[in-house]
Amino acid sequence: MSEYNFKEIMNKPERLAPGHRMCAGCGATIAVRGVLRALHEGDRAVIGNATGCLEVSTYMYPYTAWEDSYIHNAFENAGATLSGVETAYKALKKRGRLPENENFKFITFGGDGGTYDIGFQSLSGAMERGHDLVYVCYDNGAYMNTGIQRSSATPMYADTTTTPVGKKSNGKMQNRKDLAGIIADHYVPYVAQTTLTKDFKDLYLKSEKAIYTEGAAFLNIMAPCPRGWRYDTADVMNICRLAIETCYWPLFEVDHGKWILNYEPKKKLPIEDFLREQGRFKHLFKPGNEDLIAQFQAEVDRRWEDLQYRCARA
Amino acid sequence: MAIRDRMSGNEAVAYAIKQINPDVMPAFPITPSTEIPQLVSTYIANGECDTEFIPVESEHSSMSATLGSEAAGARSLTATSSCGLALMWEELLVAASNRMPCAMALVNRTLSGPININCDHTDGMGARDTGWIQIYAENNQEAYDNFIQAYPIAEDVRVHLPIMICQDGFITSHAVENIELLEDDKVREFVGTYKPEEFLLNPGKPMSVGPYSVSNYAMEARKNQALAMEAAKDVIIEVADRYRELTGRGFGFFEEYKTSDADYVMVIMGSAAGTAKQAVDDLREQGIKAGVLKLRVFRPFPAVQIAKALAGSKAVAIMDRCESYNTNGGPLGSEIMAALFREKVSTEAVNYIYGLAGRDFTVESVYGIFDDLKQHVEQGKEFDQFRYIGLRE
Repeated sequence: MSEYNFKEIMNKPERLAPGHRMCAGCGATIAVRGVLRALHEGDRAVIGNATGCLEVSTYMYPYTAWEDSYIHNAFENAGATLSGVETAYKALKKRGRLPENENFKFITFGGDGGTYDIGFQSLSGAMERGHDLVYVCYDNGAYMNTGIQRSSATPMYADTTTTPVGKKSNGKMQNRKDLAGIIADHYVPYVAQTTLTKDFKDLYLKSEKAIYTEGAAFLNIMAPCPRGWRYDTADVMNICRLAIETCYWPLFEVDHGKWILNYEPKKKLPIEDFLREQGRFKHLFKPGNEDLIAQFQAEVDRRWEDLQYRCARA
Repeated sequence: MAIRDRMSGNEAVAYAIKQINPDVMPAFPITPSTEIPQLVSTYIANGECDTEFIPVESEHSSMSATLGSEAAGARSLTATSSCGLALMWEELLVAASNRMPCAMALVNRTLSGPININCDHTDGMGARDTGWIQIYAENNQEAYDNFIQAYPIAEDVRVHLPIMICQDGFITSHAVENIELLEDDKVREFVGTYKPEEFLLNPGKPMSVGPYSVSNYAMEARKNQALAMEAAKDVIIEVADRYRELTGRGFGFFEEYKTSDADYVMVIMGSAAGTAKQAVDDLREQGIKAGVLKLRVFRPFPAVQIAKALAGSKAVAIMDRCESYNTNGGPLGSEIMAALFREKVSTEAVNYIYGLAGRDFTVESVYGIFDDLKQHVEQGKEFDQFRYIGLRE
């Protein structure tokens, strides 16, 4: 694995070309570009993609923004589709139908809808079978492409179009699913959770490890959505910083079964600092709703302690 | 010299797959097609072929992975039945619209509910508008022969469409009959190697597959699919001719059994054609001019050819092993009657639903149907033109 030189890494040629139609301030494209920068020069890639914003905005016939080979199949099957591509590579290599010096890497992207929910089975199957690929979830915590409906990645009390806040509703009633933990329980070689940090080092190093570790790997990247979360587009990096500093979105990895905490804030910020910046949590700051924030904080604390325990044990 | 053996339909198709030795096979078990992936896995385990097998976690994933590997440049296939095919439905359309010449061994079984594992054509008929070529077999020999012709049809540049090779669940898939097999080298020479023009793993020539397409473009893509299906008609015949030269066994869109002078013709598809032929032989001995048109190629649908073949008959029984709940006829009945109308062929046509969910269809059933046709023509006896046969009284 390489040393991290910010300037050098940022100057690598883009593999997702500009001109795509994703929103300003969208975390997904920043995440994708970050992952693709970790591909070594000279290595080729086939990129998979579940149906979602990323797909409909980057490959609208007859234009593609992808410099590498790219395949979109459907919503719920990015894992299975790339399983097929990766197996084809094995078959063609074995039969001498591809030049020996050609190296292909396999990376697929899905939103939390295509990954946590409708594509969960396909993802689990691909992980369990151990295909040499990386599944990257860009987690923006709702079905954004269809208009901000709740998913199992949506945090509790978020205002979404299927868990709308109203006189008798405080938003989503359930806690989010811990997908990185679930995939870690598949005992695949590499699982990591990351987001967009100011120097992108965490994202880069984890992507590189995921791509160049043999076998199945999974990355869960928190990728804020300005439409769904309702923040100013310029604030995307600050939102990510607050998610880390409040321990809402801890940075960790599970490398061949070993749980590693990658960052521990010197002073854990209260969850209000993360929630306050986002319109989807506005109702939590109305007088009388203090207990809702307290509950949110309690859940963040519980999960943070659990993660610390898992990492300390390793 | 051809190899004489005894095999079930499933064994015959698995043997053809072994001989073709395709690149990638993802599959998920479902009765009655389960034996096909089992047998292929065994061939691989014993080093008799080196196809990469992917033991996926569902049929949706088997079709998704088949599409992925085919797009990547690998000759790919899967096998399934019934609910497995239904679960793939979305992917069938994606495979066809992406013009992926992958293959499927379909072992026809009814769909739930009630859950039932026996034969009818509900699964295949449910996929009739997905853009796949569909070829049906009467017996194990045809299942084998059709499978060997599958890739040369699908991969032809004029076609580039996925292909389904169908056989009747249990009746064909599990019954052991005599079979004539080709030598491995002859099969491999006939099928050739897959050389796609564009594929994901083409070094230095990246491609994107599966676009979002707005209304400005999507309709032309559909029309091109339809044109490819039209072109498949020529290719199916060319490949069949080539196969005849190799084996002496001839195939067309359909087989005409004693139809040239027939007053009464039964149109039927799949294993029941054998039953119908036996009945026709018996009726001919009684001086009744009966015949069978056994449909082999259901997609593309050879409408003009069928209508022409039926011209001159006095009455036709169109046999559907599938109910389509339109209260008007089964899939074959509806399409053939439309073909007769468009070609201005005037013959009496009656549409029967038979053999659903494995209900027996016997030589006696066929006698009864020909008797219906005869009475209708000779005595003007009226009865429903869309009816069931073989129901419990």
